Amino acid sequence: MEFFELTIFQLHEALKKREISCLDVTESLLNRIDRLDATLNAYITIMPEAARKQAREADQRVRAGEIHPLTGIPLAVKDNISTLDAPTTCGSRILKNYLPPYDAAVIKRLREQGAIFLGKTNMDEFAMGSSTENSFIGPTRNPWNVDYIAGGSSGGSATAVTAHLCIAALGSDTGGSIRQPASHCGVVGLKPTYGRVSRFGLVAFASSLDQIGPITKDVRDCAILLHAICGFDKKDTTSANAGVPDYMANLNKGIKGLKVGIPEEYLVEGADKEVIETVNSAVARLSSEGAEIIDISLPHTDYAVATYYIIAPSEASSNLARYDGVRYGFRSQDAEDLESMYSMTRAEGFGAEVIRRIMLGTYALSKGYYDAFFKKASQVRTLIVNDFKEAFRQCDVLITPVGPTPAFKIGEKIDDPLTMYLSDIFTVSPNLAGIPCMSVPYGMSSSGLPIGVQLLANYFDELTLIQAASVLERTSPLPAYGPPF
Amino acid sequence: MVRRMKIPLQEAEYIAGLARLRLPEDQLLLFTKQLNTILDYMEKLNEVETKGVVPTYHALPTTSALREDIVEGSLGKKEAMENAPQKDGDFFSVPKVI
Repeated sequence: MEFFELTIFQLHEALKKREISCLDVTESLLNRIDRLDATLNAYITIMPEAARKQAREADQRVRAGEIHPLTGIPLAVKDNISTLDAPTTCGSRILKNYLPPYDAAVIKRLREQGAIFLGKTNMDEFAMGSSTENSFIGPTRNPWNVDYIAGGSSGGSATAVTAHLCIAALGSDTGGSIRQPASHCGVVGLKPTYGRVSRFGLVAFASSLDQIGPITKDVRDCAILLHAICGFDKKDTTSANAGVPDYMANLNKGIKGLKVGIPEEYLVEGADKEVIETVNSAVARLSSEGAEIIDISLPHTDYAVATYYIIAPSEASSNLARYDGVRYGFRSQDAEDLESMYSMTRAEGFGAEVIRRIMLGTYALSKGYYDAFFKKASQVRTLIVNDFKEAFRQCDVLITPVGPTPAFKIGEKIDDPLTMYLSDIFTVSPNLAGIPCMSVPYGMSSSGLPIGVQLLANYFDELTLIQAASVLERTSPLPAYGPPF
Repeated sequence: MVRRMKIPLQEAEYIAGLARLRLPEDQLLLFTKQLNTILDYMEKLNEVETKGVVPTYHALPTTSALREDIVEGSLGKKEAMENAPQKDGDFFSVPKVI
């Protein structure tokens, strides 16, 4: 086994026994990045020198006997998570040369443990997209077939984990941006409960929906990385002061006695046959492992995309007002006065999808339309929240598809924004409600692309989510071979 | 019958102005068309009865996050200015306003 193939857990065990050095593992990954990233385009910025320095420091800590679960683990970080003195571009021309003067809370926590940061991963501009095609450096490719999207918006992180260009990665999820690329690439992705992980230093897209979460090779690693980043942070006023359990505690507990709900609305409309088959086989397996299967209803599912695509762009139009060419980022050189400096900077600095969403949000919040759009959507959001509350009175976890289809071809949907939005049908509701959710690989399409299933749990119950995911992982019918890289 | 567009071109131009986006004509036309398609889809929400439903603006119930007023270190002037596209000493520099 090559160093780059290790999981967080395996690497940690090997480091504890002093069998390998952090520097050797880091070099092995940097070599691989050097060899493959020109094709896959997973990284926007690679930081070999900083990573080597962190690896040497980690080796010293290991020698001194100071070893935490993430000490010496080489990670990749989505490029909307602020890293001190390393570019944080959000996949946007407008932040091309931006160097944050501080670390995001999650980075600070990981640095304190002695993690290694290999680089910053590609993403849809400001996390707006479902394919990582909306990036100023071009699309990230799916390691299973490079003609296909990796998913998005955390496509760079998902590809980096899948192709072993890092040991594990951080992504962010506003409407599916961790789960959908994890599903398309055949890796594990988790969006924590809103407030579980500090958003301090995460560049804001839609503040009431955004969460940072792990993308990993397996469920155990997901539990380890989640544990390292969650917990209260006074610098994020929406951070939850809730106890953080040992997420590894129930990895081998099985699923006997748990009630698993199947929302009828998720298996009827628009989903691909192979996707439905994958969910059905996962349900059958959970049942044979002892779970009680319950049919439930989330009646407002059909309104989730419309609700989300009013609320998220509205929040975005307000959040992105800060990019005005004054304090940081790109500034248009052709402006004749202050007003034109703002409008030319923004028109030249933002890509098409970001402009579309800013306009959509500006419209939905503007005088005369606020009640019909933003308020209406926020009311429907309440009904979606109530659907989940009712569902979790009856069961412990829900199981659904992640995306309606396996990964699609690069370029296939880019000119049709509404069709692209509709591909988020199964992933946006948990963000609107704020509940935790996860994608676990469970099937392969006939064209050789992975298909994940989505698990949802009640507020702050990531533990049960991980418990159910580990049962699926143990019984996954996925072939033992990995992607062709 | 020609279906009335939710956002005619003129209004899209007004919205772009509010959002401080100076868009070339061809882009504005394309976005206007796409926004109308998207907003037609949003009509769906009118099927839902929401009379008396309290809107949700936060995923979790929030209260004012208060803390003790203790002075702590914060970003220094130099660090805060480092990313400025144009500066003049300790000031951000912009085109002449008046």
